Amino acid sequence: MLKIKNLHAGIEGKKILNGINLEIKAGEVHAIMGPNGSGKSTLASVLAGRENFEVTGGSVELFDKDLLATSPEDRARAGMFLAFQYPVEIPGVSTTNFIKTAVNECRKYRGQEPLDAVAFLKMMKEKMKLVHIDQSLLSRSLNEGFSGGEKKRNEIFQMAMLEPKLAILDETDSGLDIDALRIVANGVNSYRNGENAFLVVTHYQRLLDYIVPDFVHVLYNGRIVKSGTKDLALELEEKGYDFIKNEVELTLNV
Amino acid sequence: MYEENENILDQVTSSEYKYGFVSHFETDDAPKGLSEDTVRFISARKNEPAWMLEYRLKAYRHWLTMQEPTWPNVSYPAINYQDIIYYSAPKQKIKANSLDEIDPELRRTFEKLGISLQEQKRLSGVAVDAVIDSISVTTTFKDELGKQGIIFCSMSEAIQEHPELVRKHLGSVVPPTDNFFSALNAAVFSDGSFCYIPEGVRCPMELSTYFRINAANTGQFERTLIVAEPGSYVSYLEGCTAPMRDENQLHAAVVELIALERAEIKYSTVQNWYPGDKEGRGGIYNFVTKRGICAGDYAKISWTQVETGSSITWKYPSVILKGDYSNGEFYSVAVTNNFQQADTGTKMIHLGKNTRSRIVSKGISAGRSNNSYRGLVQVARHASKARNFSQCDSLLLGDKCGAHTFPYIEVKNNTAIVEHEATTSKIGEDQIFYCNQRGIDTETAVALIINGFAKEVMNQLPMEFAVEAQKLLAISLEGSVG
Ligand SMILES: Nc1ncnc2c1ncn2[C@@H]1O[C@H](COP(=O)(O)OP(=O)(O)O)[C@@H](O)[C@H]1O
Ligand SMILES: [Mg+2]
Repeated sequence: MLKIKNLHAGIEGKKILNGINLEIKAGEVHAIMGPNGSGKSTLASVLAGRENFEVTGGSVELFDKDLLATSPEDRARAGMFLAFQYPVEIPGVSTTNFIKTAVNECRKYRGQEPLDAVAFLKMMKEKMKLVHIDQSLLSRSLNEGFSGGEKKRNEIFQMAMLEPKLAILDETDSGLDIDALRIVANGVNSYRNGENAFLVVTHYQRLLDYIVPDFVHVLYNGRIVKSGTKDLALELEEKGYDFIKNEVELTLNV
Repeated sequence: MYEENENILDQVTSSEYKYGFVSHFETDDAPKGLSEDTVRFISARKNEPAWMLEYRLKAYRHWLTMQEPTWPNVSYPAINYQDIIYYSAPKQKIKANSLDEIDPELRRTFEKLGISLQEQKRLSGVAVDAVIDSISVTTTFKDELGKQGIIFCSMSEAIQEHPELVRKHLGSVVPPTDNFFSALNAAVFSDGSFCYIPEGVRCPMELSTYFRINAANTGQFERTLIVAEPGSYVSYLEGCTAPMRDENQLHAAVVELIALERAEIKYSTVQNWYPGDKEGRGGIYNFVTKRGICAGDYAKISWTQVETGSSITWKYPSVILKGDYSNGEFYSVAVTNNFQQADTGTKMIHLGKNTRSRIVSKGISAGRSNNSYRGLVQVARHASKARNFSQCDSLLLGDKCGAHTFPYIEVKNNTAIVEHEATTSKIGEDQIFYCNQRGIDTETAVALIINGFAKEVMNQLPMEFAVEAQKLLAISLEGSVG
């Protein structure tokens, strides 16, 4: 589904990603962990097509198409979703109206008819249950005055509404209490169906107790320095990132 | 919403100014330039009674003594008032009794404007008066309104048919001596709409006038007068468009509203005069005086305006709150793009006790345009317990445009409560990207964001026009982000 080869990227001349290689197949869940500033959000932004990041080398393919040559909106329409680490606020635009516009833009791209008000509402009602989100929140302006937890839940709700094939969750667990974490994780799990894939960026192994990954990768200085299974996350939790740093330095010194 | 957005998108991607066509029908013009003869020519063409001619001549003579105002935050080359045609009328029979009698070219004009008179008649139940260049072409629904004693006709017709009403009210809110442009208008106004709602009558439909400047080198000076007798209600909408021309054209209208005890007038404007091209060539100078008076207790006047057109807009729809417990509102969205300049706002003059006013102004600037809000809240010595709330928000697209706020407050009664809030914001790259990431392209995202920004004002518009106004906002800002 997604093939990242030797991806280099940066911003304003500063190098952040220094050769990322990663392949994600349908149905898989990949977790990316790594210390602050290692480039996790940058990777997510570059995949989603944020313009202020500059790709300086490598390639990315989504469904065998050159992702980097595709506009951000077409990436989204083709089935890529990013749950933002810091969702933005748009005053005056109701969350419902925003999502309806998004859903119908994506449908249009796939040659589907727009959903009418009734069908859209029905779909909303179903998905609202998944993430325990309230109607009253959805009538408010997009993310405006939402608590941290409400914003994150709204991201997962949008994911459920847009039904992406590849969802990138950027620290969706940060700032959530244990109940909210469980709700968000359940939302993600109930959306897993063997065909869609997830790239879950997180600091904490506790999320991975709920969303069980097939692979765990450690990002450090813009490179994936170690990959493994769920156990790698447990090891990290136990030993901290220093053990990775030491290992990396050891290999560099050899 | 989907269809709406799709429409916006289609129009945004295809659109330049959509109403820039010129229609070809024969016209009857006054000779270029302004003199007492011009004033007499206009009055004679319209078969006016002597008092009307006197009114005009007096205004003209006063105008000669006046100076064009220089205080607005706009700049433009001097206007040569001798280079303007002050009267231009389509030569066809002026009053069509039924829609079928209208010149086909004229009808095509309406269709291009998106107002099929037939359609309007059939579907929306909106009564329409249309003023092309200087002349009111048709007023639909007249009979139906007439049954309730409502008068809705062109100003020329009103002068003929209801001289006592016109004579009583014309100039009572905006006297010819009020300002340079109101004096000019009083001297040479050619037509406009007149509307009278009898006591206790709730007008059953939206009344609407479409103004259009068609002929070249022509000024448009229309005059609108609305009188709402005690306990009556009317909602009125005006729309404006003009062809694209390289030279500037002057539009100097006067609108007067009179609301008596417990009467309510809701006046909405969707102004889309040609704004000039991307280099700032051409466009309409829109110098307009609009004022209403809440003459009786508990009267209410509400102005809503969506201003997207004109190369220069100079306009301050105001309310004189004379009756106790009367209520004035001003809701405005002003969009400027490219080289447009807008200096617009309102005046709320509190004279009565327990009067209230509310001002919501949303300025959106893009390109190299300049957008100023200028507002005055005045509370007179005897106006105890007056209340005003003002909210002025500016949204900037890009960094070459300007937004300015000039709020003036003069309070002479210490029981008054006057509140003013102002914000300035920018459409952020992060907001656009967030939309893009959800599959929404940039143009649609901008439309979504500005409509959100302007929502409080757009919500005030009559349903029939809200969608049209939303599209207009998007079109006016085409290509200004990303
Ligand atoms: N917009 C930006 N401008 C400049 N530097 C940035 C920007 N965004 C991220 N960076 C830098 O890139 C590095 C990686 O950041 P980020 O991808 O956000 O890390 P993570 O998500 O792993 O914490 C950091 O050193 C950060 O300061
Ligand atoms: Mg991050």
